[in-house]
Amino acid sequence: MEALMPFLPYIFILVLLVLYLSVVPIMIQVERKVSAWVQYRIGPNRVGPRGLLQPIADALKFLAKEDVIPNHVNKWLYIFAPTLMVFPAFFVFGVIPFGAIMINGQEILIQVGKTNIGILYVLAVSSLGVYAITFGSWASNNKYSLIGGLRSAAQMMSYELPMGLSILGMIMVVGSLRLEDIVRFQIENGWGILLQPVGALLFIVTAFAETNRLPFDLTEAEAELVGGYHTEYSSMKFAMFFLGEYCNMFTASAMITCLFLGGWHVPFIGSMGLDPAIVGYIQVVAMLMKLGFLMFFFVWVRWSLPRFRYDQLMNLGWKKLIPLALANVIITAIVMAM
Amino acid sequence: MAVNVKNVSMARGKSWVDLTYIIPVMKGLAITLRHLFKRKLVLQYPEEKKVLPPNYRGLHMLTRDEKGREKCVACEMCSTACPADCIRIVAGDGGWEDSREKHPIVFEIDELRCIYCGMCVEACPEDAIDMTDMHNLADYTRQDFIYDKERLLGVYDEYIKRHPDRAKRRDGQFKAMKNSSYFTVNDVHHSDQHSSH
Ligand code: SF4
Ligand code: SF4
Repeated sequence: MEALMPFLPYIFILVLLVLYLSVVPIMIQVERKVSAWVQYRIGPNRVGPRGLLQPIADALKFLAKEDVIPNHVNKWLYIFAPTLMVFPAFFVFGVIPFGAIMINGQEILIQVGKTNIGILYVLAVSSLGVYAITFGSWASNNKYSLIGGLRSAAQMMSYELPMGLSILGMIMVVGSLRLEDIVRFQIENGWGILLQPVGALLFIVTAFAETNRLPFDLTEAEAELVGGYHTEYSSMKFAMFFLGEYCNMFTASAMITCLFLGGWHVPFIGSMGLDPAIVGYIQVVAMLMKLGFLMFFFVWVRWSLPRFRYDQLMNLGWKKLIPLALANVIITAIVMAM
Repeated sequence: MAVNVKNVSMARGKSWVDLTYIIPVMKGLAITLRHLFKRKLVLQYPEEKKVLPPNYRGLHMLTRDEKGREKCVACEMCSTACPADCIRIVAGDGGWEDSREKHPIVFEIDELRCIYCGMCVEACPEDAIDMTDMHNLADYTRQDFIYDKERLLGVYDEYIKRHPDRAKRRDGQFKAMKNSSYFTVNDVHHSDQHSSH
């Protein structure tokens, strides 16, 4: 065990990467099944027992498809955009703390990168995702893609603001930008969703907008824009956009968990008198379950709500969410000053 | 301003609770959550089949009389009634030995033109044409969907194998059949394959 200590960050990188990549096929299956059940359908049930191998079939199909690069595209940007889509989600994931386990009586945080500016880093990197969409749509040289890309840029711009402001309240309460500090604070003082209910609501709503999920998926709006920004993409490049969407969802779920759902904290577990080593592992599982629930929540909302109209989206962002977020920050400040 | 212009502003008839979106969204989520656990309505088609009602209007058949000949007397009532004009009949003389004055030499129904309205069945004075519960027709060319007399008689042969009671109808026992299995839904299970040609 001692000898392993210097390599721990690398082990964490490996474990989290595997976790991260395995989430995507699972989510695709969950998405298809839940969408089917919501609509009284059965969903994929042909490949493997109960259709469980469907994601593998999907992946093989993507790999085997012809990789079309249309003549009218800007080739380098066109190839670059899908890769860019996945990176921000991966980068953000590095700073998410997954729990604290005891090794040799020493508490070790399951987290790859320990940065002082945790949340600022997350906000900065996750907003890079929009470049992928904008590049992809611009490079496609197609009017539908371009409209999708423009919408995406405008949407991100309008929702980044309330997102930052909604986190601000939480940061003020905690007094630290480090995600692990925020989780520890919640373990002692109660979950963020109780301390900052409005902030939590705003963050969840803006997280949907940031990940381009319904009801805010105006960038792909099938009914109006064919496929939106990925209209011209096929085979593995399209799959990369897909992958990016699910990775972003996972990252957003992790952020929601860390900021407002107490991270790896399980309520009342301290008073049960369990061995601290076991508690550590239970809490990692709890973290994963919270993530799982939030992922399900993303899917659930997608198949329940209709898409916003573009002007409604802008109205909601600028006229409701931003004033609400500002009010939240101000009220938090007043309460703290008292 | 025109008379019928409606103002579809968001706020009309809504309380402020609805306008926060939160309660309506939660209601919607509750509905879809209930859907997750309900019985699914989809039939797994090749394995499960829908139970068809007895009066289902599917592929036609030409019924046979007790001697095994087609009952049709080539009166052309059906082709006259047919709104899709998809029945072609060429009448011929039965001759002395056949004891029938007139019968169809050619009887063709274009099953692709047919709209399955059942008018031909209504029109027929001889109960010679009827519809079956076979609906999953598949073939390679359009020509293959023009069913000739032999094929339509073949459909009958196959149909009465599954519905033996149907044969009695030609013997004027129609009324007595009312309570027989021919009219119960259970009997009309699954027309799967029909290899009528
Ligand atoms: S079912 Fe209607 S359309 Fe079809 S052949 Fe009979 S009369 Fe014509
Ligand atoms: S099927 Fe009936 S209506 Fe049509 S020609 Fe024959 S006897 Fe006449």
